[in-house]
Amino acid sequence: MERRLFSTEGRFVMQDRLWMKMRGMLLRSYGKLTAMHHRLWITLLATSLISFSCSRTEKDAPFQGFTTPANFPAPVYDLARNPVTSAGFELGRQLFYEPRLSRNNTISCGDCHLQTSAFTHHGHDVSHGIDDRLGSRNAPPIMNLAWHPSYMLDGGIFDLDLQPIAPITNPVEMDETMENVLQKLRGMPAYTRLFEKAFGTPEITTARFNKAMAQFMVMVVSNHSKYDEVMRHNGAGFSPEEAAGYEVFKQQCNSCHREPLFSDFSFRNNGIGAGPNDDKGRYEITLNPADAYKFKVPSLRNLGFTAPYMHDGRFRTLEGVLGHYEKEIQPMATLDPLLKEGVHLSPTDKKNLLAFLQTLNDTSFITDRRFAEQP
Amino acid sequence: MNRIYIVLLTVVFIFSACSRKETVEPAGNGQLATLSVQFDNIVGAKNLQLNTGVYVNATGETFRISLLQYYISNISVQDANGKAYTVPQDSSYFLVSEENAASQFVKVRVPEGDYQRLTFTLGVDSLRNTMDISKRTGVLDPSTGMDNGMYWSWNSGYIFFKMEGASDAAPADPSGQHKFRYHIGGFGGYSAPTINNIKTITIDLRPAGVAKVRSGREANVHLLVDVMQVFNGRTKVSIAQNPTVMFSNFSTGIADNYAEMFTHDHTEN
Repeated sequence: MERRLFSTEGRFVMQDRLWMKMRGMLLRSYGKLTAMHHRLWITLLATSLISFSCSRTEKDAPFQGFTTPANFPAPVYDLARNPVTSAGFELGRQLFYEPRLSRNNTISCGDCHLQTSAFTHHGHDVSHGIDDRLGSRNAPPIMNLAWHPSYMLDGGIFDLDLQPIAPITNPVEMDETMENVLQKLRGMPAYTRLFEKAFGTPEITTARFNKAMAQFMVMVVSNHSKYDEVMRHNGAGFSPEEAAGYEVFKQQCNSCHREPLFSDFSFRNNGIGAGPNDDKGRYEITLNPADAYKFKVPSLRNLGFTAPYMHDGRFRTLEGVLGHYEKEIQPMATLDPLLKEGVHLSPTDKKNLLAFLQTLNDTSFITDRRFAEQP
Repeated sequence: MNRIYIVLLTVVFIFSACSRKETVEPAGNGQLATLSVQFDNIVGAKNLQLNTGVYVNATGETFRISLLQYYISNISVQDANGKAYTVPQDSSYFLVSEENAASQFVKVRVPEGDYQRLTFTLGVDSLRNTMDISKRTGVLDPSTGMDNGMYWSWNSGYIFFKMEGASDAAPADPSGQHKFRYHIGGFGGYSAPTINNIKTITIDLRPAGVAKVRSGREANVHLLVDVMQVFNGRTKVSIAQNPTVMFSNFSTGIADNYAEMFTHDHTEN
């Protein structure tokens, strides 16, 4: 019987031990067969339950690689340049949760990108990194990144393979050098083994490090929201409220938060006004005055898990966000033309829209064990 | 008789050794040989001495230099017939650092020949700035060969030219130091156009000596790189007014200035 539940050796051993324990329990139960009928049945039942749950986890094993969901367009990320393999994905995941990426080995990517919050830093307007230093922007979700033409809220990074270097070297995030990170990993036989499995030889290079991280990140796909099931005609249907909200969405929101990824990935000024730190967003990258105060349109997927909202996390609730679009848009030179008149919503529209937006939450995404830190 | 032969042989030997030094054989048929280009950093009338040398710019500000690094890439040479040879890209990226004497000799392989013109890029071309990370090896690897950080991770791209130093003219920074920091880059933008500080420099080698590249010897083109130009070029740069210049519109003025740093002093053939 195949008992290889996970791929790395430590976990393999642990599962083995669990199996031995279960077998021991069974054998002991048989020994007491005649004397203790009741306890036997209870034990047997419990054992079968445990083994049933184990066999279920065994079934999620076959590695699919990267697949494009039926209702999604083709990805932007060039997968031919970095084909996702089981070993590459697992190495990337290990690195994603590796605190050695930070100067004092305290902060991992997963610290500010929590799976339970759809890989954002729930409850933090801006994130705190190493030594509790504060950043200036709200941590964006690691989600459906294969469809992004650029990364970061200002689009300063144009290739996912280059993205990990930014938080690692940022003094308020991980404050480490790439050179040190690679040195630390090279000193760990567990990593040289993982790199060998993923790339054929044990060398740990900048390119391999980043490619493995990219393999993990492109796999982190959210496409099992109620909205997706409805769109794929899987028997699910919107409630009347949600259906009405979808109509409102298509009229009022879809031009920027375009389906099915719920962003057109453009940079826009949505009129929230300059923050206290006067973050000019996209302008910092292009130095084009027309780009001042523009930020990348965020996806609305999983918005139930990702509060607070906006590039600096200034809105705590979705009601606050809708309130802004209704009556708080500030006239600025680079304000998006689509927002000049504001967004007009009746109380019913608003209620329905909020109901629809909640259909974008994907609970299976935030509980998917493939994306979690492995024990 | 024997002694005559020995004397004759010695004379011939000495003579032939002399002739090798004075005239260079005609070029062979396309065989590759080493061409060395020396980047000798100076500050106006003085040699550059990190941390200890004291200099005064046109604005009258006294300064010292603690760090100087820049990329030299895409080297090509041209002979008297106008025939050009471009060094293959994969072996045409160099990081010149004042701290590292060996880095100041950029060595490339070009076909044997007499070269009248030398062309190179100060910086890293846009193609290499946007290339797959697996092609970013050696001095372009964001992890190695650039101890002082020649890469912007937040705005993907290389820093082409980096000069830092101390000057009383600079206002105190948050750490209390009076420093100037010039980190100049910008390859023109990936999806939206922005500043382009890539500079192509062409030098006529004829006045100070053409490079005669032959197998078995190493022609060295000795360039003087006057970093005073960074302050005193067409755009006058005041440390007091611009203590920190990084990714900003003002950086284009500094880049125009650094394009004028290079003069050909002589060639050792």
